[in-house]
Formats: sequence, C-alpha cells, structure tokens
Amino acid sequence: MKYAGLLVMPAGFFLSIAAVLLFPAPALRAAFVICGLAVEAMGLAVAVRGHMEARGSRP
Amino acid sequence: MTSVLSEASFALTLALLLLAPLAIAGVALINTGLGRSRSAAQSLLGSVAILAVAVLVFAVVGAALTGTPSGAAWNFQLAGKNWSWAGAAPFLLGGLGSASQLAQLATLFEFLAVALATIIPWGSGADRWRLTAGCAVGAVLAALVFPLTAHWIWGGGWLAQLGVNFGLGAGFLDGGGAATVHTLGGLSALAVVWIAGPRKGKFPKEGLATAMPGHNAVYVLFGCLVALVGWLAWNVAGAVLWLHAAPAALVGTAINTLLMASAALAAAFTVTRIRFGKPDASLCANGWLAGLVTSSACAGLVTPGTALFVGLVAGIGTPLLVELMELALSIDDPSGAITVHAAGGLWGLLAAGLFAGGPGQLVAQLVGIATILGLVFPVVYLLFWTLNRLVPFRVDVDGERIGMDLHELGGGAYPEFVIHRDDSYR
Repeated sequence: MKYAGLLVMPAGFFLSIAAVLLFPAPALRAAFVICGLAVEAMGLAVAVRGHMEARGSRP
Repeated sequence: MTSVLSEASFALTLALLLLAPLAIAGVALINTGLGRSRSAAQSLLGSVAILAVAVLVFAVVGAALTGTPSGAAWNFQLAGKNWSWAGAAPFLLGGLGSASQLAQLATLFEFLAVALATIIPWGSGADRWRLTAGCAVGAVLAALVFPLTAHWIWGGGWLAQLGVNFGLGAGFLDGGGAATVHTLGGLSALAVVWIAGPRKGKFPKEGLATAMPGHNAVYVLFGCLVALVGWLAWNVAGAVLWLHAAPAALVGTAINTLLMASAALAAAFTVTRIRFGKPDASLCANGWLAGLVTSSACAGLVTPGTALFVGLVAGIGTPLLVELMELALSIDDPSGAITVHAAGGLWGLLAAGLFAGGPGQLVAQLVGIATILGLVFPVVYLLFWTLNRLVPFRVDVDGERIGMDLHELGGGAYPEFVIHRDDSYR
C-alpha cells in the first residue's frame, strides 16, 4: 500500500506539468495545478496509511 | 542572471557565506540534543562525517550537475520551450577559478546548502541509523538529488524559467533554500524513517507511543541560537544571489528572518503551554527552527507584517504536527525534522506565492512544490530503498540496546556519567 501511494505521487506531478503546458488560461491552469497537488496529497496519505498498517502487523 | 557584482556586494556576500555554516552547526547540535545520551557522540560525529562526504561528492560530481544560470546545461525541447534539466559544468570544479564572482559565490552557497540538506535526515534516524548508511545517503543526495533540484531552481533550470517560458511570475523562487535544502532534507528524513523503522519500544503493539525525550535541552536551545546567526547570514546571502535583492532590501530580509523565528517560537510556546500546562522546550525549539525554515522561502519577499503571520502559522502548526506524526501516524522522528524542515519548507514556499506576487507567482510556487513532493520524494524513496539493500540502514538489535556510541564508536560521549537503563527493554 505504501508503494501504491508513492507511485500515485508522480501522477500528480505530471498533471501539474500538463496543466502548465496545455492551459494558457490562468484560472484553468491554476485549477489543474491544484488538482495535481491534490493527487500527490492523496498518494502521500495512502503511503502514510500503508506505514501505519505495517506498524499494526509488527510482532 | 547578471554575472556582475560590485566589489562591496561581493565582499559582503562572501562574509555572510562564511557565517552561514553556523546554521549547520545549530542543526547538528539540535539533532544531538534531541537524541539519547548513549548515541550523542555518534550523532555529532555523524553530522560532521556526512557533511564531509557530501562536500566531497558534490565537488567531484554534484557541482557539475548543478551548473550555473549562465553556464552550459542539458536541455530538451517540449511544447516549443527549452527545458533545462541538468547542468553541464566540468567535473571536479573545473573552471571555477575563471568563473564570474557571482558564479563562484553561488557555488560556495551550494556547497553549504548540500551540507545542510544531507545532515537533516540524520537527526530523524537517530539511535538506530548506522553511520556508514548515513554517509551513503549523504553521498547519494549530494551526487544526484540535490544537484538536479538545485539546478532546476538556482542553476537556471526549468523551474527557474517558468516565468520566462510560461509567464508565471518570476519563476519558482527559493531565496534561502526552503525547497533545495529543507523540503528535500525533510522528505529524505521521512524516507529514512520509513525504511529504517521506529526505535525499538517506541510503538508498542497496544497503547500510546513511548515517550523518548531528548537527552540535552541545553544543546537543543543553544543550537537554536547558533542557528539564528547562520540563518540570518544564509537568507541575506541568498537574497543577493538568487533574488537579486538591492542592498536596501537586505536589512528587511534579516528582520523578517528574526520576526518569523520569534513569532514561531511565541506561538509554539503558547500552544504547548495550553496543551500540556507548561511550555515544552524541545517543541519550542522545533517551533523556532520551523520559523527559520519558513523564512528561508520568503524572508526576502514579504513585508514584516506578513512575516509575523507566516511565522505564527509555522509555530502553531509545528507542535501539533509533531504530535500527530508520533501519536497518530506512527512516524518516529526524534529530531522533528520531517515537520520542521519538510512541512515548514512547504509552508514557506506556499506563503511566498500567496503573499509575494500575483497569481502567476502562486502557480509557479505550486508547480515547484508539486515537483519536490511528487517527483523528488518518490525518487528519493526509491534510491534509499535500493541503498538499504546494499548498505543496511538499521543497526542490529544489540547495537540499539547498548547505544550507538558503544556499538559504532566503542566509547560513550559522557564516559564520566552512568547512563541509566532503558525501561523499554525489560
């Protein structure tokens, strides 16, 4: 689960870059960059969650 | 970036950079004080050794990849724009003597930055992280991760060019190393903590996390004062080098640095006083340091009133986040580096976008944050995970029991004192 979260995070980065490249309109560009950050935050949350589950399974 | 600097500006910036290592000394003292007494010598030796390894590796490889804003670089074309992703300077600092004064100062700044960035994770892995592994991590950061990040931000790379290429303000701004040093160091600390795991006995199968307080609050608080001197020098030198600040703006940068640290300390003091009935020394120190880290991003960009607000938010958030990390997220970070450096750095970078420019600048700052968090952090984790297979991070159980000083160095930091038994091993 931790690795799944870490794999999601670069997707957020590429979304932010795509927003800069594809949307010249400032509002749309800002919105998609924020979406990219939200994806990264979700990936980080999943990774943290995976870390917490690993704690629970420790002998 | 202009390569011309007046003699007075050159002398001032060089003098400031010679004071900047006090920030490194302060962080090393804080890391040592927040660790346990039986690992104190290993902790401080580790800071020095990692610094040395990082500087050597950066001189051989890293400085070439970092490059300079006006120097050669590796580029690719995308959407009709030039994306500079790595410097192409000569290895082993070739050509440094004939470089412009500004480029020489920038290189010195980067040496100090890589030294600080690499010792930040060391405090988080305290009491269970092997010295050899710490040096290996420092080498990896100094050879690859820091140079690429620094090139993107300081070396005329694609993040610095967001303003020119896409009209996003002045491009990603990071005058004092909030991204290249602190966020990178703090996220590296998170990767280390995840890979090495918590200290034995820290998180019992049931119940709350075990409290393992730092062994020397005097080191920690004195480290805060030492760090202040270094940070003042660091931020003012960074404002000259990376923000091209006029001399008239430098006093304001120094005052903002002081304001942010003070506001953050006052806030952390108040929060811990309310939470625990008495102010907590180590959390107050973390708040102070978080204020300094935040100032690295925006001391040269915001007004004093804004600096106060940004520092207050950093100081309120730091003790709460440290508590959340330990009690709710099972992250064992003895030095609080993840909160102080990663979260503080990210907040400062965001604040620089919110308060120091138009909407374009805010988007540039968000893209920079997205890069550090979404690209650099997973790469760092992958690199460390691989490195852990080659050079195991964690000391064996016996080493953790007797302490890192005896296990790794053969002698304790305080041989005249009797070190009390650790109850978590009963």
